[in-house]
This record gives sequence, C-alpha cells and structure tokens, in this order.
Amino acid sequence: MTDKNALELKDLSVAYRVGRRNRAVLRNVNLTIKAGEAYGLVGESGCGKSTVALSVVRYLPRNGSITGGSIALDGKDVMKLDAEALRRARADSVSMVYQDPGKALNPSLRIGRQLTEIFELAGITGQAAEDKALAMLNRVRISDPASVMQRYPHQLSGGMQQRVAIAMALANDPSMLILDEPTTGLDATVEAEVLDLIGQLRRELSASILFISHNLAVVANMCDRVGVLYAGMLVEEGSTRDVFNDPRHPYTVALLRCLPRGGQRKDQGRLDTIPGFLPGIGANIVGCAFADRCALATERCRAEPPPLYELGDGRLSRCHYHDNAQSLPRATPAEIAAAQPKQTPPVLQVEGLNKTYASHGRPLRAVKDVSVSLKPGETLGLVGESGSGKTTFARLLLGLVAPDDGGSIELEGKKLAPRLASRSEDQVKAVQIVFQNPDSALNRSHSIRHILSRALKRLGGLTGKTLDTRLEELVRSVRLTDRHLAVKPRQLSGGLKQRVAIARAFAGDPRIVVCDEPTSALDVSVQAAILNLLADLQSKQDVSYIFISHDLGVVRYLSDKIAVLYLGRIMEFGPSEAVFSGPHHPYTEALLSAVPKLDRTENSRIRLDGEIPSAANPPTGCVFHTRCPRKIGAICETQEPDLTEAQPGHTIRCHIPYAELARLQKPKAVEPA
Amino acid sequence: MVFLGGQVLPGNVGRAILGPFADQRAVDALNHSLGVDRPLLVQYGSWIWNFLHGDMGTSYVFRAPVAPFVIDALGNSMKLALVAFVLVVPIGIVGGVMAALNFNRPLDRIISLGGLSVTVLPEFVTGIILILIFGVWLRWLPIAAAWPKGAGVFTQLYYLILPSLPLFLVLFGYIARMARSGMIEALDSDYTRTAVLKGLPWRTVIWRHVLRNALLPTITVIATQTGYLIGGLVVIETLFRYQGIGSLIFTAARGKDFPMLEAGILTIGIVYAVATLIADFLYSVLNPRIRLGAEQ
Repeated sequence: MTDKNALELKDLSVAYRVGRRNRAVLRNVNLTIKAGEAYGLVGESGCGKSTVALSVVRYLPRNGSITGGSIALDGKDVMKLDAEALRRARADSVSMVYQDPGKALNPSLRIGRQLTEIFELAGITGQAAEDKALAMLNRVRISDPASVMQRYPHQLSGGMQQRVAIAMALANDPSMLILDEPTTGLDATVEAEVLDLIGQLRRELSASILFISHNLAVVANMCDRVGVLYAGMLVEEGSTRDVFNDPRHPYTVALLRCLPRGGQRKDQGRLDTIPGFLPGIGANIVGCAFADRCALATERCRAEPPPLYELGDGRLSRCHYHDNAQSLPRATPAEIAAAQPKQTPPVLQVEGLNKTYASHGRPLRAVKDVSVSLKPGETLGLVGESGSGKTTFARLLLGLVAPDDGGSIELEGKKLAPRLASRSEDQVKAVQIVFQNPDSALNRSHSIRHILSRALKRLGGLTGKTLDTRLEELVRSVRLTDRHLAVKPRQLSGGLKQRVAIARAFAGDPRIVVCDEPTSALDVSVQAAILNLLADLQSKQDVSYIFISHDLGVVRYLSDKIAVLYLGRIMEFGPSEAVFSGPHHPYTEALLSAVPKLDRTENSRIRLDGEIPSAANPPTGCVFHTRCPRKIGAICETQEPDLTEAQPGHTIRCHIPYAELARLQKPKAVEPA
Repeated sequence: MVFLGGQVLPGNVGRAILGPFADQRAVDALNHSLGVDRPLLVQYGSWIWNFLHGDMGTSYVFRAPVAPFVIDALGNSMKLALVAFVLVVPIGIVGGVMAALNFNRPLDRIISLGGLSVTVLPEFVTGIILILIFGVWLRWLPIAAAWPKGAGVFTQLYYLILPSLPLFLVLFGYIARMARSGMIEALDSDYTRTAVLKGLPWRTVIWRHVLRNALLPTITVIATQTGYLIGGLVVIETLFRYQGIGSLIFTAARGKDFPMLEAGILTIGIVYAVATLIADFLYSVLNPRIRLGAEQ
C-alpha cells in the first residue's frame, strides 16, 4: 500500500469483564481509514460502536480489555506504546469528540484555560497560547470568542459547548479525529449547524475522520465510506452511496426500512421493524449473528458463520446470500385498513391559551395565545426548537401547570379546569401522557403487573375478574406477553419499557394521549415498532395524540395536523401535508431544511444564525425576525404579524403574503427523509 | 428548644441551689429574684432579648455573669477542635484521594476499611484505648488535657494531641470516604476523559481537572462535621478533664444551671451555623456554577 493509513484495525477483539467472565464486545473487527478519509460507523446501541472508538484511544472502561488483534494509528501500533508514548500520541495525532458536550468540558475551569492547556503541551504559553485559543474558537465560528474564553461551560448553550469541544479536539491538528455521536441530543437546527461546521472543517483540515452515529442520515451526509456494525462484527462495508442505496446485508436493509422516509405517513402503511433483539454481549454466536432476526436465514446461516464476502469496488458483506439481501421480506406487513375521514366534533378545543412564568421578576411568556383544535383519532404534531414552549403546552393540557386567566381548554365540548386537582375523574382519565424516558416514568420497585393493575384500578376503576381480563387485553394490545408481567422494569429493554408506559397511559381509555418525545431514546428498529403501535392503537380506539418530537420525519409519519411553535407562539398551524410540503413559514422552512437526509447530495441548507432568543425578553415585532432568512424590512421589527389563514385550515404568522412565500420557496421543493 | 427543655425538666431551680433542707420561703424568694416564677413566654422573651444584646444571663450556681465562662470554655474547645481539624482534614483528604487513585488495590482496601472501622467506634472507646496505650503504657503523652498555667503554645499543643486523636479517628473515616467517592466519580467523568485524551500528563489531569471537582462535596461534609466536632466535645472533654464548652455544658446540666446550659448550647448552635455558612461560601467560591448563579 502506497499511501499511509490513518487508522488500521486488524482482527480487533475487545471483551468486558462482567461477573468474573470475559464477554466479547468486538469480534475480529478489521477496518482501515485512509488519510483524509471520513469513515462512518453505524449500528444500533450495544453493537460496539463506541468500544471501537475507545479502543483506538486506549481508554476502555476499567473492566474492558483488548483480547486480540492490533490497532495502528499512522502506522504505529497503539498497543505497544508505553504510557508516555501513548500520552504523546493523544497529544499529537488523535482527538476525540463525544456525545453530551456539557459533560465533556470541565465545569470548574474557564473555556480559555481548557483551550490554552493544549497549546502549553506543545510549549506555547502565555499570550501566544491565548491567541491560538482565540484563533481556534474563531475557526469553529463561535460568535464573540473573546467573551467565550472567559466563560464557564454551563454558561454556553449545547451547540456552543460542542463547538468548544470540537475546537479542543482540533487544537493539536490531529491526523485522526474520532466523532462519537457528536450531535446526538442536540436540537435539529443545532445539529445541522454542528454538521455544517464539521463538513467545512473537513475541507480545511487534513484529518481523517471516524464518525460514529446511530443516525444513518447524518452519516450519509458526512462520510465517504461506511461500515455497519452488528454484535461486535463488521457486517457490511462500502462507499456511503452504495451501502445506503444498494445494501447487501439483510441487517442494513432492515435498518434502512425502519426509517419513515420520503414523507411517509401512517395512512400509507406501517413501518417495517426488525424482530427480536441484538445478541447480548459475550453471547456465544454460532453461524451468522443476525440469523435469528433474519427472514432469509437458512440452515446454513445458523451453522456456518459467514465470512466477509468481497463484492468488488471495496464492498464487503458478511452474508451468505448477499445477492438476495434486498429481497428480505417485511417483518411487519405494511397494509392497514384505510381510515375514513370523519365529520365529528373536535375532541379538543384550545382557545387563546397563555402561560406566563415569573423569571427574576420579569414575565416570561412560555405559551402565548395558542389556539388549536383536534378531532378524535387525529394526531397533532408539535415541532420547534428547545425552548419553543412545546412541553409547557403539554403540561397545560395535562393540568400540571395552570394557564393564565382568559384562555380555555375544552375536552369533548366540556370545559377543563385549569388544575388537575379540580378536574373530574373522567377528565383526568381522558388526558394521559407517555414520556421520553420510560426508565424514570415507571416505578422501579414494582412489577409490570403491579404497575398496570394499579393503573387499571385507578384509571379504569376495575377490580377482581374484570381487571384481570382487561389487563390481559391491555398487555396484548401493546404486544407484550404474560411473561413480561412478572418482571420489573429494569429487566426490560428500552422499547419494551416504552410499551409498558404506553399500556399504562391507555389503561383508562383516554381520549387524548400526550406523547413527549416517546421514541427519542430508542434505536431506529425499536422506534419503528413503537410508532406502528401508536398508529395501530389510534386506528382501533380513535384516540387523539399530541405528539412532540424533534425528529420531523417521525412527526410527519404520525401527525394529521402540525403546530410549529417558536417562543411560545404558533408560527404555523395546519394539516400535516400542507405544512410539510409548503409553502410554509420561513421558520418551518429552516427547520425542515436542517433535517439530515439519506439521499441528499447538494448542500442547500438554510442556516439559522444564533440562538433562540430568551422568552423573557422576546424580540419586538415578529419574534422570529432576528434569525429570519426571509426578513422583508422594518415591518418585521416593529409589528407582530397575525396568524392569517393562507388556505382553509392552514394558518401562517408572517408578513410575507402567502403567494409570495409560494414563489420564494418554489425552487427548492424540499422533501424530508 | 433548649430553653423549653430546661423548663420542663423536673426540679425546682431555687430548691436545687439552696439544697433540700432550705426553707420554702427562701426558695420562693430566690426563685422570684432569679425571675423563674414569671410566665414562660416572658422569661423566653427577656432571655432572647438579653442574649441578642450580649448578656447571656447570670449563672445560678456561680452567681456571676455566664458570658466569661462560656467565652473562656469556647476558646479552649476551639483550640482542641482546631488541632483535631488541622490534623484530620489534610490527612483525610489525602487518604481518600490515595484510595481512589489505587481503586480496588490493597492501599484502597486498607484506607477504606480502616477508616470505616475507626469511625464506627465511639470516641469514648477510642479515647480510653488511646489513653491506655500512649498515656499509661508508653507514657509518651499526658492523659489530662489541662496544661499547666502559663504554658507556651507548644506545650499546649503537646497536651492537646492525645484528646484530639479520638476526634481525628471519628472524622477521618467520613472525610476519607467522601473524598474517595468524589475522586472516583471525577475520575470516571467525561471531562477527565477529555483531559486525558488531550494528552495532558497524568499529574496535570489530577491536579487541574480532577481534584477540584472531586473535593467540592467533601467540603460540605467537613463543615457539618465541624459542628459535630464542637458538639461532640462533651465526651472527650469530660474524659480528658478539659475545661471546654462540652464539659461546661455537662456541669451546667448536672447543676441545673440553666442560664449557663442555655448559653452554652446556643453558642454551639451559632458555631455550627457559622461553620455551615463558611462551607457554603467556600463551595460557591470553588464552584463557578453557583457563584455565577447568585450574581444573575
């Protein structure tokens, strides 16, 4: 090989010691990243992605050890380095950025100090180091770097923290940059910014990149080549375009099918899922690791472990039947009964809802003048960045916080009391919630049977025999089995726990279920199953959802109506299709274009500058004017536009007339993945 | 609280002072002159009022103002507490840090187990054992803490070592354990990983990145323990016949000398509050999150 490889893993095996046994996490992983190349590593949680990254920098957890193989960085064997040489390698040639930048920065040191210490290692001190640090912050396009230097990490937003983390990683001009889920947990618009930044820096720097993510679309936009990891093994590798458009391993095929793509909606069919579970770490794998979950598997797959077949053009697949991979039958049938449009009175009618908090003596309008209506069996999707008032709105509906005087919430034509305590029992039962994190929502010390029976007793008012019958029905309706009833929440996977949480919410035959990011903490295959479940329950029981998610593809799949919120105000409200296909509010337009897509080539992203302003001190006029790419002039700064009806049922809060918006947005008919 | 406690305890003040054979009229007269026959609320009001104006009352037993006694005793107790404190804080922290850096290795086991075992022993047990070893058998250290009149600083120190040791032992375990768990948490944190992966030398990582974050929670523990240190002196001071606030309270309680008792306990309360305040202040100085939160 002529050009030097930035990173070369040969037969890398890593094990974690759990309960006095070494359990294999990585099994003979071979992987090569050429100088200047960006390589993406994808797979579900637990497949060993992060372990690869931590092995490369030799920072495995205490119970982890490399049991075989070699790692070469820049041609040097990392395993043979002594402590000092390893430290120098970390200082000079490899850097890493990981998830959760808030934790990655030292909370008690100023940003400037955390940057200058890197230059001090290279012998640059004092003012020179300060200057270099400033230059680094400029490079990651942070606004006002001089003041950022003086601040502590908690004074920065998530996006700025990640920029700082990237600046620190690039400060030593590394030849290898490892990005481990760098945008997970960030808002969609912030994610887009950070990805843009990484993309730009890639062109400026020579560093090779190992990009780890569970988000296939993010990897598709960033990387030249991609590897798919399953149960600690590389199951497929090739150029990004090939792997995503023409996958040759059933796992990759299935993974891609789980995503709601191209504006798919619930009434067009269910999402495909992957049955079964990832083998646990240290599982004894005979034959193909994916065989148990693969509809194409034969006797041969179960007995004979497939090698990594070379398919030419640098493509690899660990499947005996790689040529047929795409004929993988669906695990979940797509057909659904077509829903009939109904002429029914709305189940929920919200008029002029306001919520003002007091923040340091000043009023903070978390929700301002929100009016929506929702019919039975419909889903209202709430979208907007963090701080836009989505969660406050949900809390108002649930009666967890009382709205300001004046507005009204009507449930099936009857007025809902502002506080939960003063609502009737039926009204309490009628509005339920499913949280993002089922771990904290379920009582850890109770069995699933206890949790659900209690909900049935409290919400359904059932006892004795009827309770048992209903419990069985409920469990079956969320596709759990009797054997799940006896266990405690921690013994279940994230997806199963979320099913329990959904069953709990449905125990009292609710009319409205608020779903607050119910799939954000789940892997794509599990997410697909949960979305299908929600859609099925809805078509059977005519329940309405208020669905909050930052994943617009997911919102689009499930929603009939969309409300786009910004600083507590509805900027756009209308039927899902109208809002997504446009013409839409400039803010909606920006949100949509920030979504990474699997099949986009050109970079036509609309960037939103700066942070979402504080609701305690909102901009004058149109609250969005400070970041609006389509601002038309002084009127935006002085006069707040009304929510005007653009088309029947579709309202937009913008000074630009609807026809003009249509003309402006025409050239880019953006379709979210 | 203390005031009420003193009032509801059985026994008549005048009777306690004058003895069982005194004339009832004399007892009543005394009670009247002391003011203890007034309604409770009035007594409480005047007591608090006077205390706030620096008048701690007059001792029933000594027929003299309480304040000089209390201040004297507090001074002595502070000396003892200070010696124990100066010994235990650095050694406890260093012990905890060393244990964490040698996680699950023999040194860690020795420090953790040893610290825990001496902590669970009450100070009168360790005190007696220490007196036996150093005072009686080895005869290295004086067994009573009261130094000769006019002794210099070093002589005083010499006399204070033995009484401070039981306090040291009780506190060592707490402080070392807090420091250890704080260290372990900080060592496992993402920012430590960031620092290591920057290629910083191990020493720099520990000194600059780990220690400060690790020891923040320990400061709170030390502060609450300072209160304990002052309050827990009763046993030690009695054991070593030391004229501190602990033995003052003890004597006052036995002699039903309520003004003395109340003043003593209130003083300890104040010391406790001040210690906690200092700790909160230190914590906020070291922790930028709280410091800046307060400014906003």
